[in-house]
Amino acid sequence: MKRYSAFAIAREAANYHQGWERAWAKRAPKKRYDAIIIGAGGHGLASAYYLGKNHGITNVAVLEKGWLGGGNTGRNTTIIRSNYLQDPSAAIYEKARSLYETLSQDLNYNVMFSPRGVIMLAQTHHEVRGYQRTAHANALQGVKTEWIGPERVKQLCPIMNIEGPRYPVLGGLWQARGGTARHDAVAWGYARACSDMGMDIIQQCEVTGVTSEGGKVTGVQTSLGDIGCNSLGIVVAGHSSHVAEMAGFRLPIESVALQALVSEPIKPCMDVVVMANTVHGYMSQSDKGEMVIGGGTDGYNNYTQRGSFHHIEETVRALIETFPMISRLKMLRQWGGIVDVTGDRSPILSKTPLEGCYINCGWGTGGFKAIPGSGFGFAELMAKGYSPLTAEFGMERFREGRFIDESVAAGVAH
Amino acid sequence: MSFRLPSGGRLIDRTSELKFTFNGRIMRGFAGDTLASALLARDQMLMGRSFKYHRPRGVVASGAEEPNALMNIGEGGRFEPNQRATTAELFDGMAARSQNHWPSLEFDVGAINAKFARFLPAGFYYKTFLYPRHFWKYVFEPIIRQSAGLGAAPKEADADTYEHFYAFCDVLVVGGGIAGLMAARDAAADGKRVIVLEQNGHWGGRAPVDGAVVEGKPADEWVSVTLQALEANDNVTLRDRCMGAGVYDHGYVLGYERITDHAPANDVPRHRLWRIRAGHVVTATGALERPLSFAGNDLPGVMLASAVRDYVVNHAVAPGKRTVVVTNNDDAYRTAEVMVNAGLSVPAIIDARPSVDEALISKFSDLGVEVKVASAIAKVKGKDRVTGVAICAQDSNGSVSTTIECDAVAMSGGWSPVVHLWSHCGGKLTWDEDQAMFRPDPNRPPTNQTGEGFVSVVGWANGEIDQGDIAPVWIMPQGASIETRNKMWLDFQNDVKVSDVQLAAQEGFESVEHAKRYTTLGMATDQGKLSNINGLAVLADALDTGIPQVGTTTFRPPYTPISMGAIAGEARGEIFQPLRRTPMHAWHEKNGAHWEPVGHWRRPYCFQQPGESVEDAVNREITNTRTSLGLLDASTLGKIVVKGPDAGKFLDMLYTNMMSNLKPGKCRYGLMCSENGFLMDDGVVARIDEDTWLCHTTTGGADRIHAWMEDWLQCEWWDWKVWTLNLTEQFAQVAVVGPNARTMLETLGGMDLSAQALPFMGWADGKIGDFNVRVYRISFSGELSYEISVPASEGLAFWEALMEAGEPFGITPYGTEALHVMRAEKGFIMIGDETDGTVIPQDLGLNWALSKKKEDFLGNRAHSRSHMADPTRWKLVGLETVDGSVLPDGAYAVADGHNENGQRNMIGRVTSTYYSPTLDRGIAMGLVLHGPDRMGEVLAFPRVDGTVAYARIVSPVFYDPEGEKQNV
Repeated sequence: MKRYSAFAIAREAANYHQGWERAWAKRAPKKRYDAIIIGAGGHGLASAYYLGKNHGITNVAVLEKGWLGGGNTGRNTTIIRSNYLQDPSAAIYEKARSLYETLSQDLNYNVMFSPRGVIMLAQTHHEVRGYQRTAHANALQGVKTEWIGPERVKQLCPIMNIEGPRYPVLGGLWQARGGTARHDAVAWGYARACSDMGMDIIQQCEVTGVTSEGGKVTGVQTSLGDIGCNSLGIVVAGHSSHVAEMAGFRLPIESVALQALVSEPIKPCMDVVVMANTVHGYMSQSDKGEMVIGGGTDGYNNYTQRGSFHHIEETVRALIETFPMISRLKMLRQWGGIVDVTGDRSPILSKTPLEGCYINCGWGTGGFKAIPGSGFGFAELMAKGYSPLTAEFGMERFREGRFIDESVAAGVAH
Repeated sequence: MSFRLPSGGRLIDRTSELKFTFNGRIMRGFAGDTLASALLARDQMLMGRSFKYHRPRGVVASGAEEPNALMNIGEGGRFEPNQRATTAELFDGMAARSQNHWPSLEFDVGAINAKFARFLPAGFYYKTFLYPRHFWKYVFEPIIRQSAGLGAAPKEADADTYEHFYAFCDVLVVGGGIAGLMAARDAAADGKRVIVLEQNGHWGGRAPVDGAVVEGKPADEWVSVTLQALEANDNVTLRDRCMGAGVYDHGYVLGYERITDHAPANDVPRHRLWRIRAGHVVTATGALERPLSFAGNDLPGVMLASAVRDYVVNHAVAPGKRTVVVTNNDDAYRTAEVMVNAGLSVPAIIDARPSVDEALISKFSDLGVEVKVASAIAKVKGKDRVTGVAICAQDSNGSVSTTIECDAVAMSGGWSPVVHLWSHCGGKLTWDEDQAMFRPDPNRPPTNQTGEGFVSVVGWANGEIDQGDIAPVWIMPQGASIETRNKMWLDFQNDVKVSDVQLAAQEGFESVEHAKRYTTLGMATDQGKLSNINGLAVLADALDTGIPQVGTTTFRPPYTPISMGAIAGEARGEIFQPLRRTPMHAWHEKNGAHWEPVGHWRRPYCFQQPGESVEDAVNREITNTRTSLGLLDASTLGKIVVKGPDAGKFLDMLYTNMMSNLKPGKCRYGLMCSENGFLMDDGVVARIDEDTWLCHTTTGGADRIHAWMEDWLQCEWWDWKVWTLNLTEQFAQVAVVGPNARTMLETLGGMDLSAQALPFMGWADGKIGDFNVRVYRISFSGELSYEISVPASEGLAFWEALMEAGEPFGITPYGTEALHVMRAEKGFIMIGDETDGTVIPQDLGLNWALSKKKEDFLGNRAHSRSHMADPTRWKLVGLETVDGSVLPDGAYAVADGHNENGQRNMIGRVTSTYYSPTLDRGIAMGLVLHGPDRMGEVLAFPRVDGTVAYARIVSPVFYDPEGEKQNV
């Protein structure tokens, strides 16, 4: 693999960049792999990457029905934070956030992690108490967060209206090392690194069945033929229930549309990420200048990757209330992704009833920020059968009633 | 140079001159001008700078697809960035500024980027800025952010208002051109209710510009006659300046009407969002012309052929004195004809097609225009403006045969139907090889709730385009070198070139979505209207596959950007969300209420007296209530009537307690759990009569619990005979609390309120003074307490009567904080404090409320799950700081050591913490590992600042543990 650098660009410029090689190789599937990951989104690619990097397992294929990074990895609002309340969540999201800090260098691919800081606004007394609790928990979990007052909020984000009238800002939970990253680049960077380790990333390859023998997984049937494997990781987000059914088990997952939208680009006016859960909306400004906006999920299940207008209306209304100046910006485009939501809105990283088959899903509305930590933990689970990062996220928790519920701290969206 | 022609201009009114400013310079135009046409008339071809290289940019189109001529328009609260000069209708006093340059449009420091363009190919930023690590955040990114963005950020709140209209129709026609008007006429003739939307301020689309004849009449005349007939029909609604913005599931369509953008006014909304439910949608949205890709095609002065024609015919503005036309189809010849007829020079038509109809060639030869067949533009000459074109053979590598001087180039790469609205909700496209375009596939329309197609397409939008034989020419010349391809622009705003798309393909970004995201092709504010098809064709060629195999990116709403203000509509500021007020709200406001938002309500947190702090007020309210008398407005508590033969059975399922055996006249405190066993709400239930119960809920829970009841009744137990009604707002409720409560009420006269007549946990209807009341003997404070409910209309009068009668007792109204402290002193739990969605009744010592007599209730099964029955669940205790201070809210108790993930081991947390004026010390409730078994033990609660608070585990009931005060 040719390393990327300013010098490499200068060198290639001489030849009008006709010398650059493919970012990831295009290969036909082999007959058999040590491990197969279904789903070349961020989580699937990161899982493959850490299988190779941390556990030396490189005879790996990542199978993708469409184009890599084309699901929720390429559709989210790119917010990264780890100010979660419950221990297991704080552990995996903080692992992810800390891996993001050096991900560009690790992958030799600029994923543009930008720790510009995340404020979660408190606009009711209930939220104030919730975030103060989170701040206490975070201090003990090794997550650097801070409760700040309304003046500091205004200072960090001058375009915000903190005075109401309907919901004055009472303060916020501030995570200075939270921020954003370039979502596509995360998928592409991992894909390139995986390919460089000799892994096969096979796009346009739909899995149509899972084969097993004596309760143990033996491979998958695909649109490109049967492929054998010793272990299988299912990492397919909104389509998890569908693939799990092929592997013979059911999941406590519902798939719903989550929407986002962007404005036309404007000159920089907002340095931080702001999440306002009372009014239901969050916003940041991309490096391109677009205001990137998200809100709650649609209230009904679907798979169409488009949502209703009504949620856009509610979200925009909430954000105009918070940032009056955006009233005169224009919505450039809206889109939707299908998120897989569990009963406690926390993910599943788990062994399954089928031996050798593992599942990583249920990230719901908050998966992007977790990608490196999710891959790190899931690779360890697949390689060793146990990971402290994923231990609490087993699917048996729904049978045991051992939920990891973040709703008290995260409100509608996380 | 560009200039105004001495005569003509079908849309302008030369008698009405308008003054406007551009970059501070005063200019004049005519009514009917767009900002773009008015600027062109003043030889202002340079209108902006591109996004990445800050290249000089002139206007290229005449409509919504314009990527270059974007302006900051307006001032103060009416400032808005990124407005298309081509669709901004000129008005007197318009203040426009160009964007994305510093210090000026003519001299832009950012243009230095263009010098380094060779080092800045598609996706260069993924390959560099990697070291040193912190430079990304502190150096590279700030520079990139500053040079990116387009228009300026608005600084002030919006001075305008917006509104939503809701409409229903049988047929919605989007597009008021000939095809759209015909469709509307046909539907109206069938007796259908019809709405027609036209995005421009004028009807008829392209036909009048192109001199079309419709049903024997000139287009303008036909349009005017047809509009008159439609206007006369009561079933037809016509809206101009109203764009079809998006098509959603089940025939839901958004129309975006711009009411005052062309004529600012204070007394009407600026934009109106039409929310239309249509039985059928007809899109007559026309087509957009494509540019051609040749070196230097981005220079100011290179424009779409149709746009050149529009400016000449509609506004009498000529983009240049000598205009070279370059094309791969017949349509651009119309432009040449229009120019010649207007007395302008067209030195040549460069036609890339290998052969052209002889009749066409000779017709133009007669007009003095040379047609160069099988030819291409090798390069546009000029620096900030076109000065000429170098010509070569299309089928060559670009060796120049001749050079033609000119000051404008009119290009046409053929037409693409506007298929956006067809595609928004899943309509599929088919590639028409002959016409080189994607058109709607009539066999795969977007489908409605019954599986039938609900959108159809007519006219040019359907691919019925009059462009002659088109040659699929995607780059010019065919064999152009990499140096040349590096100068061919696809996306003018984002600076994406042919070489960039080819680089994406070379690096494996083969999916059209990958190529788009890697190069940013089609992600500019025109959303690829101008450039996408050309980009797809280049990508297909690079991948050695067909255009239909590459496919298109997804078409997303809106068709063109719509204002956030219009999306939000009227609901902003005070009416952002409805504010719910109790009947006593105004009294509270007048009497020092310090408000707290609770759901959509405002409740008084406390009532401050002059000179008093919030804390002092709370303490005074508590002490006064405990020692004499207090009054709480409890109207916001949910009041849901549950009635019917099966109501008892239903409530037994809903509550963990038994409610069916409650006697009429009695009250019972009940708990509700979710199916997962978690405590979700609590409140007092009163049995009114044999088949009627009244369920009190928490303030925040009223609507949720009502919906929860209906969910079960409608989805699961739909055959149970139970009806529910949320009466929360029908009754005002006042808690009269304190040792003097009974004495005070008795001074008003009326019903017997003695302990014998109305014992604790009983209720009765009767009269107090002149008021018809229902009185509940319940207490959330631990004091003698009557919760009295009156019709909402009498709430204020009743409250005032109580205040008056209470005066001799020193009555005080109290707020939510006093309520909270008093319940905590009594060890009563509060939903949302002691519960957070993860707590079960057993954690709170509420096992007594879980009925053992019932077969089942919601949550019962969940409570038997292993983790729910786990003895290590944290349990409710009271907490007292060792030094009497108040424990920090939300603090955690720690044990020694760390868990596997390096987090401190935690063994409990504070759920409520207050200063108790009654005990004059801090009191708290908390959930602690093995808590009830550890009475007297001292726990450490680290504060966020690193210091530690120490608290002793005690009983959660701090005040009157025997309950003597409430039951008297």
